[in-house]
Amino acid sequence: MSGPSAPDLATDLTAAVDAVPPPIIAQTMGEYWRTWLARVRGGDAGALPVVIALLAVTIVFTILSPNHVFLSPENLVNLFDQSAVFIVLAFGMGFVLLLGDIDLSIGYVAAIGGIVTAQLVQPTPNVPWPLAVLAGLAVCALIGLLQGSLVARLRMPAFVVTLAGYLIWFGVMILLLGTAGGVGVTGSQTNQQAIYSLVYGYIDPVIAWIGLVVFVAIFATVLWRRDIGRRRSGLVAPPLGLTMAKILLVAIAGIIVVAICNVNRGRDLPIVGVPYVIPVVLLVLLAWTVLLERMQFGRHVYATGGNTEAARRAGINVTTVRTMGFVLCSMTGGIAGIIYCSQLGGMTTNINGGQLVLYAVAAAVIGGTSLFGGRGRVMDGLLGGLVIGAIYNGLYLLGLPIQWQLIITGLVLLAAVSVDSFSRKRTAHA
Amino acid sequence: MESMTGPMGVPARTAPGRAPGTAPLDEEPLLRLRGISKRFGAVQALYGVDLDLPRAKVTALCGDNGAGKSVLTKTIAGIHEPDHGQISWEGRPVTIRTPNDASALGIETVYQDLALADNLDIVQNMFLGRERMSGIFLNEDSMERAAAQTLAELRVTTVRSIRQPVATLSGGQRQAVAVAKAVMWNSKLVMLDEPTAALGVAQTRMVLDLIKRLKDHGLAVMVISHNLNDVFEVADRVAVLRLGRMVAQADISTLDRESVVDYMTTGVSSRVVPGPTSQRPEA
Ligand SMILES: Nc1ncnc2c1ncn2[C@@H]1O[C@H](COP(=O)(O)OP(=O)(O)O)[C@@H](O)[C@H]1O
Ligand SMILES: [Mg+2]
Repeated sequence: MSGPSAPDLATDLTAAVDAVPPPIIAQTMGEYWRTWLARVRGGDAGALPVVIALLAVTIVFTILSPNHVFLSPENLVNLFDQSAVFIVLAFGMGFVLLLGDIDLSIGYVAAIGGIVTAQLVQPTPNVPWPLAVLAGLAVCALIGLLQGSLVARLRMPAFVVTLAGYLIWFGVMILLLGTAGGVGVTGSQTNQQAIYSLVYGYIDPVIAWIGLVVFVAIFATVLWRRDIGRRRSGLVAPPLGLTMAKILLVAIAGIIVVAICNVNRGRDLPIVGVPYVIPVVLLVLLAWTVLLERMQFGRHVYATGGNTEAARRAGINVTTVRTMGFVLCSMTGGIAGIIYCSQLGGMTTNINGGQLVLYAVAAAVIGGTSLFGGRGRVMDGLLGGLVIGAIYNGLYLLGLPIQWQLIITGLVLLAAVSVDSFSRKRTAHA
Repeated sequence: MESMTGPMGVPARTAPGRAPGTAPLDEEPLLRLRGISKRFGAVQALYGVDLDLPRAKVTALCGDNGAGKSVLTKTIAGIHEPDHGQISWEGRPVTIRTPNDASALGIETVYQDLALADNLDIVQNMFLGRERMSGIFLNEDSMERAAAQTLAELRVTTVRSIRQPVATLSGGQRQAVAVAKAVMWNSKLVMLDEPTAALGVAQTRMVLDLIKRLKDHGLAVMVISHNLNDVFEVADRVAVLRLGRMVAQADISTLDRESVVDYMTTGVSSRVVPGPTSQRPEA
């Protein structure tokens, strides 16, 4: 069926084809800039609000924190570690938000993922850590399959299914932790070390620099080759300057992060290097971005979230797409849970899964993902997660008690949702 | 003159009850519906509808609001499964349960609500569900070129970028994208549900011309329209639905505007149009 585009029609129309001007989009930086301004005025601000928010939060906390400690390398690395959990949770939440659903259970599902992994690397089962990680993620994926099937196949509202899940997995978490009420991972046990080292293990500075160079080189090559390919086949490619700016931005961000992490932040013993969690987060970001933006499944996720009926009429199996959205959400939550487990040195019944859900939603929405489905990118979770992490970290530095952390995070979430609703209204009127 | 309507309000002269097999092969329509019924809860949307869609002809489906035109279209497109009735395609009985079944046969539909995903761009919409791949990745360049070519063929030249989200398009542009999406597959039947409702004069012209071109290339076309000017310009045959029943199905030369309106509003028409009689083979 997927033959060439109705060649019959073309025969008497070849003249018309020649007469058509090429699609006009920005071909120079100036044009790009004007198009971008028009988009922002039209309500689609893209990454602008979250970048402004990140800058504002950074400036405020740098000024307010004692000795401007917010911007110290030690605190910034700490901030990356803390944000990692929110970021990866937001990656997961992104899948269901794109579908116009929500997963309120992700916090406790994440906790279960962390706990299963942590318990498997204990001396008694002594399962090798890669298998333990896979098992933890598999359990989360199964939970997602269960919840997703209830939502997609039985047409139960996601809100209710995952609210029930919130309670159920909270209970299961306590059951799993048993009378001990917790499970720990330490750096002294070989098998547990890998989990522990996610946050507390550091890449050798030289290797980090080499890794950064390789990463930027690959990124630049992929972007460059795509542009060249498009130009060669007569398609409009983004202006050269824009591509270079993107590459430069990634390189600069990478250099800043690696440089900060390579400053000695130890008090007594030297602590130097990029924590493993940073490349892990980047890997998840990359994988899910490719899945959502370069692969058929991702296209179907966006279509289903944007117009479920249109997707169905296009022959897309909407039920499977939605179910898989929940599976990927829970599984990514499991990755966040393992990071959290590393960060806390284990899991206890004190885990606040409710707060994790709110932070996950907040991070995704602050990053620019719509609560109404169909709009958002994986990258949103990274930027939004950094904002949430910075607020969490900064308020702690200021010595503000938890109640203020909650109130301020809530206000930021409200602001983000209002931006979302506002831009939605704008596009609806367009 | 003979009676205009048969037992079910179907004009006798289209002879829907003609015994199967008596028609010569070349007269077998591309799509033949017999006794199609569809009920939604308390609403009986279609009552035993018969419809023939011959190749290389434009069949206009007329009827008042709520007559069941869109339901009938969606039944053919695999969105709704009929409760009763037979569908035959190229003379063979078929069941169309899903949109994929329909497109596998060569049926493409422009829905009344267009069925576009606003958040996706024009190319993404046109290839939705049938994405071109290179390996496990989407082949964006190939899709973009093909989409651009189809739009150019349809003379849709007013869009600023083929990569802009459909949400940013005007009503006419959206309609054009929906039409382009339907004609870019080598289909045998194209159904258009009120394709000109949102269009200005120039774009209506474009769609009508397109419909004629599809017909000239041997496709069967079914077009739903309220605009009788459009109907009488492009259609070879007219089928009229009224309250879920097919009340008339005839060659356009046997009808005029008033008789079509009569059928739409009352289900019968006493008007007699001079011209060839229905016994004449349609081919
Ligand atoms: N999915 C549905 N569920 C219930 N009723 C429907 C559905 N689709 C159409 N109907 C009903 O079927 C009848 C015919 O509708 P429709 O085919 O849309 O009319 P039209 O001829 O104007 O296109 C209407 O009474 C409508 O309310
Ligand atoms: Mg209709």
